[in-house]
Amino acid sequence: MSQTLGALARFTNPAELIEAAKKVRDAGYKKFDCHSPFPIHGMDDAMGLKRSPLGYIVGGMTLTGATVGMTLQYWVAAVEYPLIISGKPFFSWQAFIIVTFALFVLFGAFGAVLGMFHLNRLPRLHHPVFYSDKFAKVTDDAFYVSIEAEDEKFDDEKIKKFLSSIGGTDVELLVGE
Amino acid sequence: MSISNKHPQRDSAATEAMGGEELLVTGGHSFSTLTDKVSGIVETKTPPKWYLLFAMAVSGMMVLLGAIGWLIWEGTGIWGLNNPVGWGWAIVNFVFWVGIGHAGTLISAILFLLRQQWRTAINRFAEAMTIFAVICALVFPGIHVGRIWLAYYMFPIPNQMLIWPNFRSPLLWDIFAVGTYFTVSTLFWYVGLIPDLATLRDRATKVRKKVLGFFAMGWRGGNRQWQHYEKAYLMLAGLATPLVLSVHSVVATDFATSMVPGWHTTIFPPYFVAGAVFSGFGMVMTLAIIARKIYGLEDIITVNHLEKMNKIILVTGSMVGYAYMTEFFIAWYSGNEFEVFAFINRAFGPYAWAYWIMFLCNVITPQIFWFKKLRRSIPVMFVASIFVNIGMWFERFVITVTSLSRDFLPSSWDYYSPSIWDILTFVGSFGLFFTFFLLFLRFLPMVALSEVKGVMPEADPHNYHSEGGAK
Repeated sequence: MSQTLGALARFTNPAELIEAAKKVRDAGYKKFDCHSPFPIHGMDDAMGLKRSPLGYIVGGMTLTGATVGMTLQYWVAAVEYPLIISGKPFFSWQAFIIVTFALFVLFGAFGAVLGMFHLNRLPRLHHPVFYSDKFAKVTDDAFYVSIEAEDEKFDDEKIKKFLSSIGGTDVELLVGE
Repeated sequence: MSISNKHPQRDSAATEAMGGEELLVTGGHSFSTLTDKVSGIVETKTPPKWYLLFAMAVSGMMVLLGAIGWLIWEGTGIWGLNNPVGWGWAIVNFVFWVGIGHAGTLISAILFLLRQQWRTAINRFAEAMTIFAVICALVFPGIHVGRIWLAYYMFPIPNQMLIWPNFRSPLLWDIFAVGTYFTVSTLFWYVGLIPDLATLRDRATKVRKKVLGFFAMGWRGGNRQWQHYEKAYLMLAGLATPLVLSVHSVVATDFATSMVPGWHTTIFPPYFVAGAVFSGFGMVMTLAIIARKIYGLEDIITVNHLEKMNKIILVTGSMVGYAYMTEFFIAWYSGNEFEVFAFINRAFGPYAWAYWIMFLCNVITPQIFWFKKLRRSIPVMFVASIFVNIGMWFERFVITVTSLSRDFLPSSWDYYSPSIWDILTFVGSFGLFFTFFLLFLRFLPMVALSEVKGVMPEADPHNYHSEGGAK
């Protein structure tokens, strides 16, 4: 059974997309997005998005990495296999900083990448916007606003008028299974 | 689709909007012509010249594999190593290739944090170069252990002998530093590729669309995605910046923590990092000049970009030259006769020829870039970049071999020369590098499209606000 999953409207340039984002936000829509071939400066505020929490994920991961690194070296050098090397103490932490730092960065980088995938809910190979034939241009030079049907305010009839009224062209409903 | 992003009188208006700065992308490109230009490279039929170059590169790689096979069969005796010189070309090549990688990370991370927007034109293939150079680098310590089937001793893995690696050794730090560097560079590169893979996906059909779609992960270019994406990119740049500085510092400690005269100096880490960036830019320059010519990317990688890179070559080359002189000064100032001997021997001993090749290539060559005319001349910079590549290889040769060949006991001194297998292994590593690099040029977008579009004046919403008014 086919049903409406959302609506799309095209805008000509980044400035118009920002204006459109403000109007969609002010009209009270929550589940909308502004698509562009590159990130647009000022769009987060226009859409009323909160700060990305990614920094906390990366911060947590870096500290985990550093802890794993230092603990591993402590355990190896002072507990499991204690050897006297150049007269240094078993737990010669100064020499262990390098590997601790490397694991700090390594865990942090995985935190940044996997955290970003998680927050963006990627990979996700299906999405209502892909039902549009024209939407493919968004990774080239097109600017689109999409509103999902799950939004409380979403109404098949009114949405098309609304999107046209804020300056959108090529307005279409996304119909899929 | 008749909607155009082209701005009337774009060039002059946009230049004014940017405070009179020169445009990063020239030739009147719009977003869409840029997409066509860069995507077109990987969408057209493979040019016959590519096959020719690829065949050459793969032959080189086969030479490397053959040399490694013979090494495994016969042992490190096939190399020119002798008693005092236990670190020959293998370590020289390792440091050489790791160093080359550093330019890619400098461009992708450090210049990103410094908001140098011109980096966008070159960062994708500089990062690719980093990854492939680090792969080449990792081959050498791997095969240098001699008994390759025991290479897993280097990793802290529980084993039947109940022994563990020594975490106080710089050689073990290296495993972690270079391993992390390779992993983080690859992650960074892949994250950067996602929006561009989506661009290719949206232009493709059938199987190609499915494969690209898989790797693009369903990217939709929504700002809710861009928001986290940009944050992730910033975080990765922030992590990669201290990482890249630490990697070559750790490589330098392989030498500096030993007692060998000529190696035991505190200047090594910063001096190695400057040298690494210098050598890496030499290689980026060589590759960029060839790629922009073959693929007609003169509008994206403009002479302005190349000039900026030449300035970095001048700065880092001068830093390297300063470090060479500081080493001599400190050797004299220390009053330590063994230290003094090590450096006099370096410049005037049996390896003087290598020292002066290094000095000419690394210290004298970049000085030509004080002159704007030479800085903007493509033949000049191409030749200079080759000299930089050669000079930086010789730097590592001079450091490694001159000190070892004159070690603590004069009775054990010996002259080191490479064997044919050393040479074939080194030449073969270029084959490995270019095999990867040619595959990259053929199948992936070599310019970071979404980033280049993002720094064009049309991408700035303020560019549209006051049509006809003051920009």
